[in-house]
Amino acid sequence: MSQVLQRTSPTGTRATRVIGTTAILVMAWVVVSGLMLTPQDVVQGESVRIMYVHVPSAWIAYLAFIFTAVASASWLISKKHSMGFDRFAGASAEVGVMFMAITLVTGSLWGRLTWGEFWQWDPRLTTTAFLFVTYIGYLAVRRLEGSVEQRARRSAVVAMLAVLEIPLVHFSVVLWRSLHQGATVLNPNGDVKMDGLMLFTLFSGVVGFTLVFIWLVLHRQRTMLLVDIANNQGLDSAIVARRAEGSAN
Amino acid sequence: MKNISGTRVAKGKVVTAVLLKDLRIELRSRVVTNQVLPFAGLVLVMFAFALDNDDVLQRVAGGLVWLATLFSLFIIVQRSFAIDTADGALDSLRVAGIDLSAVFFGKAIALALKLVALEIVLICGAVLLYRVDLSASGLVLLVTCVLCATSGLAFVGTLYGGLTAGAKGRETLLPLLLLPVVAPVLIAATRATEAAFGSGGAQTSEGWAWIGLLTVFAAVFGVGGSLAFGSLIDE
Repeated sequence: MSQVLQRTSPTGTRATRVIGTTAILVMAWVVVSGLMLTPQDVVQGESVRIMYVHVPSAWIAYLAFIFTAVASASWLISKKHSMGFDRFAGASAEVGVMFMAITLVTGSLWGRLTWGEFWQWDPRLTTTAFLFVTYIGYLAVRRLEGSVEQRARRSAVVAMLAVLEIPLVHFSVVLWRSLHQGATVLNPNGDVKMDGLMLFTLFSGVVGFTLVFIWLVLHRQRTMLLVDIANNQGLDSAIVARRAEGSAN
Repeated sequence: MKNISGTRVAKGKVVTAVLLKDLRIELRSRVVTNQVLPFAGLVLVMFAFALDNDDVLQRVAGGLVWLATLFSLFIIVQRSFAIDTADGALDSLRVAGIDLSAVFFGKAIALALKLVALEIVLICGAVLLYRVDLSASGLVLLVTCVLCATSGLAFVGTLYGGLTAGAKGRETLLPLLLLPVVAPVLIAATRATEAAFGSGGAQTSEGWAWIGLLTVFAAVFGVGGSLAFGSLIDE
């Protein structure tokens, strides 16, 4: 077991180092371009710069939860129940929750500047908030006591239930708003006319955030593997110690 | 070895046995009648203290009834599964070689019956305390709404109750998992109940649109729950 631990100890590989370095470079460009090079928006002014963080993080958050759902389904369907799927689902959800938090915070700040309110009961916002809470619950389920297999089974089922739940939440919020309030929903992209550099910076942001996401998930699932191995090792050594105690008596 | 009709009969018997077991426990312990019902009633009174306005109370009565139901749901589900895990009863059911989806339906029906009893008391409480009016057509809508919403809540409650059964910290985990899931039921049941009460000038006919959503919710989690419950408690 200790050999496995040693062999897998470094969580970086040549591939992740390339991804990490590229991510740093792209993000540096997004910071420079987003804050200095791109012009301010005619309608939104300087607040449009929040978009370079908000849109890519929202994209990553939803991508992460799709990955979690696919990895969970793969764990449930596959006959071998490979723990790799489970770790990938967990790592993706953790990173997704972080990006969802960034999305909600940046969205609220942008809303305060543009709409004058931190929050609007818009179906898209409300569904995003529910998704955030649902996956915090998913992460809590992953931390329940039990074996690695129990964790994998429970969390895979919860991830599948979230796939059922989110469309229902979204649909009910859409109905709730449409029947109870006039169209107060503001379209964040309504009057935004983007020039070439703005669009390119936004696109760079999406690429940069995607690279950061991939880098984080790869490292996180490897540290999860190490934790699982360390836990197993602890159990093995405890069993050996008890046996030694038993034979000594 | 198992023919189709044989399996079906066995499943029905398991559903009935689990249902009667849960109801018998309630009859003997009287936790719902002696503790949860007074708690839900207190919540209704506390809402009145907090909102402190007759017109507002009348307007939001539907939502308050369903919020009180949700709070009570957590308590009933936790209590039901705490009994099942305390003496290893759930483990015994698991190794008995019976269809675990039948256990799911048995427990869900028992939970639904307890919830319906609770909701009747809460609605009567709303009529008395919040002075809402209930017409004959409103009553038909309200009964349909109670049945559909309760089915959904019972399925989801049993499913997540099974998931957190026996886990440390389930008292705090269960609301965190359940509340986001039951949000559609809260929205739909509240609107339908408001239509039945005529709150804020709502017409009874407006409420029927929400019954569809409640039915879809109950169907989705009834099917999903019967498929997932076995693997959640089978450890």
